[in-house]
Amino acid sequence: MSQEVLELQIPPAHAARVGGRCFHCGEPCPADPPALDGKVFCCLGCQTVFSLLRESGLDQFYQLQAAPGIRVRSASVVARWKFLDDPAVQETLLDYADGKQSRVTLRLPAIHCVACVWLLENLFKLHPGIGKSRVNFARREAAIAFAPEKIKLSELAALLASIGYEPQFTMGETKTKPSPLRKKAWLQIGLAGFGFGNIMLMSLPFYFGLDSANGPWFRNMAGWLSLTMALPVVTFSASDFWRSAWAGLRRRALTLEVPIAFGLAAVYASSVVEVAAHRGPGYCDSLTGLIFFLLCGRLFQRKTYERLAFDRDYKGFFPLSVVRKITPAPVGSQSEKSTSGGFFSLSSGERAGVRAGLFQARNEPLINPVQGEECIAISRLQTGDRIVLRNGELLPADARLISSAACIDYSFVTGEADPVECRAGAHLYAGGRQVGGAIEVETVKPVAHSYLASLWNNEAFRKTRDNDLESLTNRYSRWFTKVVIGVALAAAAFWLFRNPSKSLQSFTSVLIVACPCALALAAPLTYGTVQRLLARLKIFLRNALVIERMAEINTIVLDKTGTLTTADARGVQFEGNELSDDEREWISSLARHSTHPNSLRISRALGAATLPVHEFEETPGCGIQGEIAGNRILLGSQGWVEGMSDPSDTTGRDGSPPAGTVFVSINGTIRGSFLLQNSVRPEVGKLIASLGGRYELALLSGDNEREAARFEALFGPCAVLKFNQSPADKLRFIQELQQRGRKVMMVGDGLNDAGALRQADVGVAVVEDVGAFSPASDVILHATEVPRLAKVLDFAGAAVRIVRAGFVVSALYNLFGVSIAAAGLLQPMVCAVLMPVSSISVVLFSCGAATWRARQMGLISKTSAPLPPDPLPAKGGPGLPSVHLIVGTGAAANP
Amino acid sequence: MSVVIILILAGLLVGLVFLGAFVWSARSGQYEDTTTPALRMLADDPPVKIDKTNITLK
Repeated sequence: MSQEVLELQIPPAHAARVGGRCFHCGEPCPADPPALDGKVFCCLGCQTVFSLLRESGLDQFYQLQAAPGIRVRSASVVARWKFLDDPAVQETLLDYADGKQSRVTLRLPAIHCVACVWLLENLFKLHPGIGKSRVNFARREAAIAFAPEKIKLSELAALLASIGYEPQFTMGETKTKPSPLRKKAWLQIGLAGFGFGNIMLMSLPFYFGLDSANGPWFRNMAGWLSLTMALPVVTFSASDFWRSAWAGLRRRALTLEVPIAFGLAAVYASSVVEVAAHRGPGYCDSLTGLIFFLLCGRLFQRKTYERLAFDRDYKGFFPLSVVRKITPAPVGSQSEKSTSGGFFSLSSGERAGVRAGLFQARNEPLINPVQGEECIAISRLQTGDRIVLRNGELLPADARLISSAACIDYSFVTGEADPVECRAGAHLYAGGRQVGGAIEVETVKPVAHSYLASLWNNEAFRKTRDNDLESLTNRYSRWFTKVVIGVALAAAAFWLFRNPSKSLQSFTSVLIVACPCALALAAPLTYGTVQRLLARLKIFLRNALVIERMAEINTIVLDKTGTLTTADARGVQFEGNELSDDEREWISSLARHSTHPNSLRISRALGAATLPVHEFEETPGCGIQGEIAGNRILLGSQGWVEGMSDPSDTTGRDGSPPAGTVFVSINGTIRGSFLLQNSVRPEVGKLIASLGGRYELALLSGDNEREAARFEALFGPCAVLKFNQSPADKLRFIQELQQRGRKVMMVGDGLNDAGALRQADVGVAVVEDVGAFSPASDVILHATEVPRLAKVLDFAGAAVRIVRAGFVVSALYNLFGVSIAAAGLLQPMVCAVLMPVSSISVVLFSCGAATWRARQMGLISKTSAPLPPDPLPAKGGPGLPSVHLIVGTGAAANP
Repeated sequence: MSVVIILILAGLLVGLVFLGAFVWSARSGQYEDTTTPALRMLADDPPVKIDKTNITLK
């Protein structure tokens, strides 16, 4: 119950104009698709995997789910994973190794359906060196046993990659083991439930006054049996309460656990006294029931999101390995080979090699991509090393550019939307991402001293986030404890003078009745329900305290790029004479072959098209060209396209075009240009209007001011708009607001906001793909849910009010119970009934009120069942998430 | 009234058996992953018992 199945990014439906859909991966097929056994495939890669699985007797893969496969984007190369054979790397990765057999847990983000689970657990059929494998679907992990003598870890990784499940390795993420703490929590709750049920069984005769028929020996036996069964519940199941209460007392802080521990001790002690004195069966039924409910409340709140990490530092964003040049080549002389196209760009010999590699890979990699390159672990990267960065790869350390030209996308670090063109010798900062062809760079600083790492040395990252002493519950429990102990002492003192025999009884009765079960249950259950409801809307909260902090927010700071704006099809405009349908199809087919973000956006804006492209060529930093249906098409920067086209057609253009303009030439004639703009997300206007009245708003952008006017109109005159903000500027801005006593919520994405997210009272990370990496934050919000922010804040406020109402109910109940107990009138029978009734009423009130509020606010639909089972995630189109990752949060970690 | 004692003891025994079963299931990690088993059972034939010679390697 504590696991969450997350929905993957669902790609917009692509109309397969020609050729149908791939039998393996379901993507649209080209006009003349590769076919086998009457089944069509989108590429030879898919066909290869299909025939491989069939030969290995793994046909069932296709029966479990239609088109379950993952398109293999790039050739699987054993050499790419060579760094995994480094003993130092293996030490951090392997769960177990004895020389003969090793076990490793790999993160495989591509796992998405039942067929994946089945295939990966039948992996041993593909290679004799692989033993048992177990998949954890919620964590997207597979634990695989293998014999290192028969298959090396690098070969295992290559094999997984070749069938579409590319393992993901990142720095800083070491072994993620299921904590024994969770096992203990289950045992505690089970034992408490056992004690509760069985003691209740024995107490039933007393509730109805039937015990008299059995005589006093029955009462004695029931009493002692109850005490025996309650003992492990009090000592083991409730051990966390004792520990927290002791810790709280030593810090001289009256946390909620202090009155709970007092109450538990008082109930058990008075039960022992009663049983020993033959007065009654004690209160063990109420005691164990209370512990059981408290543990349930804790479990309810401790819902964790397996795939999400709220505490990532910069290391989590870096790949585990880089490609290093062994012998430095002369400057700018290395061949720049386009890595796009995956299997398209492979020769048939290489394709055969991939397949053969699955079975025959032993010691020698069959395919070595480029002579003189090696994959090394990032920890072994030294200053002065020359490394090769391919398209979309992240630069792990500050470096100098060796290749003649590069196009670096710093959106991840600075928020600047447009990639920066660099020339040889330029200084590149860590965190930049190469766009286009492969480049070669020389590192000038160690990884730990890079520009990115320096951001993490800020004070904001050292403070601990969760100071639970400030929580609403603890604020209430502080006075609650004082009042209860005061009343108990006063009652004891009063009866000491009037009737000393009643003194002890009234003292314990007050403690028993006032045991803050309602107080302890109201917050966990309400917040647990809120977290659960929001998770269904793809809004994930780090913990329950975030809700209280969200309710106190009065200032909201928004990041621009990626948060309010999105780089998608809406922002693509064509300037020039209208394109014909054929021309649109040609351009889209060409653009599809490049992984440059601009190409991808154009391809998506024009609609899917899969015409065969001949003589495809990508010139890094300039553009792409190819021949489609006999037409030569060029797509790229103005200078490059014009230089390759008929110059007479460049009619009357004044000045240089704005950044983000892509020119098109068909058969040597310039047809026009695509203007790529970041479009504001729909409904952002409404969101800002609804927030504007109640919160102080500010916009921080790392981008330049070219869109300032647009946002001034959107935000109105009161809001602060700041452009050209560095990550440190953003952090400082938040600090200044906080010094003025504002409670700040920062909404942002990417590493450039990491400092601000951490400094803010509530940091909201906006992600395009919830499984992708996001910076340290309190809330992870799916990008499409940004417009709901106002409602989420309202809901948080409502949740806090529900908890307060729960406290009032509990206070009234306590007033009633305590006054009777202090008067010395409380019968054990009444006490035994009142306690469970109050607990159950709080449970119903908290869960019911939170769900009802959510329905009323339209956050969940009225028709849906209260808690439907987690839906199976829709299959993520393998192509589209990577688009998001490059353009959007830029948080992909493709090692 | 001795029948009550027998009943109580029998009831407790049944309870203890189930408690033991629960402790075993929690310890063997059945609560660690509650999603995958639900998917695993959808596949017709469970993974074939792996031939011991395949994993016990010389």
